[in-house]
Amino acid sequence: MQIYLPIADIPVNIFLLLAMGAAVGFVSGMFGIGGGFLMTPLLIFVGITPAVAVASVSSHIAASSFSGALSYWRRRAIDPSLALVLMIGGTLGTALGVATFTLLRSLGQLDLMIALSYVVLLTSVGGVMFWEGLRAMLRARQGAPATVRRPGSHVWVHGLPLKMRFKRSKIYVSVIPVIGIGILIGFLGAVMGIGGGFILVPLLIYLLRVPTSTVIGTSMVLTLATMMIATMLHAMSNHLVDAVLALILMVGGVTGAQFGARAGQMIRGEQLRLLLGLLILAVGIRFAIELVIKPDDLFTIRETEASR
Amino acid sequence: MIQLRLAWVTLALLLVGAAPTRAERLIASVSNHRVTVTPNYSGEELVLFGSVEKDAQTPPTRTAYDLVVTVRGPRADMVTRRKERKFGIWINTDSRQFLKVPGYLALFANRPFDAMANPEVQRRQQLGLTNVLLTQRVGPDYGDVVPNDAFRSAFVRLQSQHGLYREDTSAVTFLTPTLFRTGIPLPAAVPIGTYEIEIKLLADGAMIAKTETAFEIVKVGFEQFVASSARQNGFVYGLVTTAMALMTGWMASIVFRRD
Repeated sequence: MQIYLPIADIPVNIFLLLAMGAAVGFVSGMFGIGGGFLMTPLLIFVGITPAVAVASVSSHIAASSFSGALSYWRRRAIDPSLALVLMIGGTLGTALGVATFTLLRSLGQLDLMIALSYVVLLTSVGGVMFWEGLRAMLRARQGAPATVRRPGSHVWVHGLPLKMRFKRSKIYVSVIPVIGIGILIGFLGAVMGIGGGFILVPLLIYLLRVPTSTVIGTSMVLTLATMMIATMLHAMSNHLVDAVLALILMVGGVTGAQFGARAGQMIRGEQLRLLLGLLILAVGIRFAIELVIKPDDLFTIRETEASR
Repeated sequence: MIQLRLAWVTLALLLVGAAPTRAERLIASVSNHRVTVTPNYSGEELVLFGSVEKDAQTPPTRTAYDLVVTVRGPRADMVTRRKERKFGIWINTDSRQFLKVPGYLALFANRPFDAMANPEVQRRQQLGLTNVLLTQRVGPDYGDVVPNDAFRSAFVRLQSQHGLYREDTSAVTFLTPTLFRTGIPLPAAVPIGTYEIEIKLLADGAMIAKTETAFEIVKVGFEQFVASSARQNGFVYGLVTTAMALMTGWMASIVFRRD
């Protein structure tokens, strides 16, 4: 059944979109991530322009992270003060990201920037994750306990001023790196159409040493906030958010996420990390190949201004 | 006052005198003047039909006609970019801007343009995709370039691949020597707006009559509502979308609650 998307201006099969939403939702529920890094490329692949895809995916991620955040809130697995400070940075970063997005779009380099950031970010993060997962699995096979590497007792972050106590996470750190991380995630989210959970969680664990009990819930709150702001700003400045597209993706996504979460509990932690690392790495490599090999057509056309 | 009136009369006389004596008249109509884009829209085909009316001035020797139908969609500024290899990756380097070019352009005829008229007439009457005027910005100037310009031909080729630009010199069929019809295929990703149809009648290698008609493609109902509110009320639209996201997330957490 074809449905006409009013902003993307193309007809797409509604079941294809639902299936894509469910598949990405399954993965996101399984690994506890937003899944934007999978959804945006998939949408581009079915023929939706990168700009509309990035803008619409932000509202889809807002939906899935809200449903996730609610269940973490019930289990008291969210640190409200940490989330708040992260959100201050996230708001700044998102505004910066949407402005950059608008600028790059007018320069005609948006597609390149999206592709380049995917390559750099996904191959590096995916590679590190894959490597760590592999090492943990090998250790487990040798009989040693497959624990995560404990970060060093003192990193440079802990020497910074403006320290603040985050009670529920039981950490005492400077707000500078917290806001910095918020800005980074907000910026990447707005430009790339990703929630950034897969970068945020490792940063919070290794840099700020947030305990695993609050890390995922808190990161979901930040994702929710940045994606809501990104949706608003994309809607106001670029008019590119396709509400119909977003709704179909959301419905598929939140359903798939439930089954993914159940499947995720059946797999061991280090295997999960290995799988996620592989997945992220694969998407990154796919973008890299596309940049390096000669494109089928050297020319592209884009409408700059409709004269209605 | 009298002088002004005289001037008007003279002007009118001049205009009448300048108009060629038409021996044929073209009458044409399109099957649907208002194409609506609904949720299940996935392309459509319109039919244009018409007839050539002869009168007493028509030379009796004239029996065969040639017909060219040009359909132009809403105009927009477009940019064509060319990728080049830089630092090992393919990036957009050179670009060319096309000004107020039709988003949809179709040329239909009953036989190849070369058989109808000489190259000079083809160029002047804009017969064929190679002869249609596509204005480019060339530095501070505006103008069309030679048909085999790399950017121009890439632009036409890409638009053709999307079904937006097309040329078919066998699409117009004469049902009788004076009655004709042609289909106007509209792809799914068709631009919204007003479409002009220009019909040119040729005989013996020259244009002898011309008429115009039009149709429009509009979004209606929900599509129209969503598209226009996104453009005009970005803030409210964003709020509603965000609220929708929160509602969906909240509903999911209720429906699938396990504790």
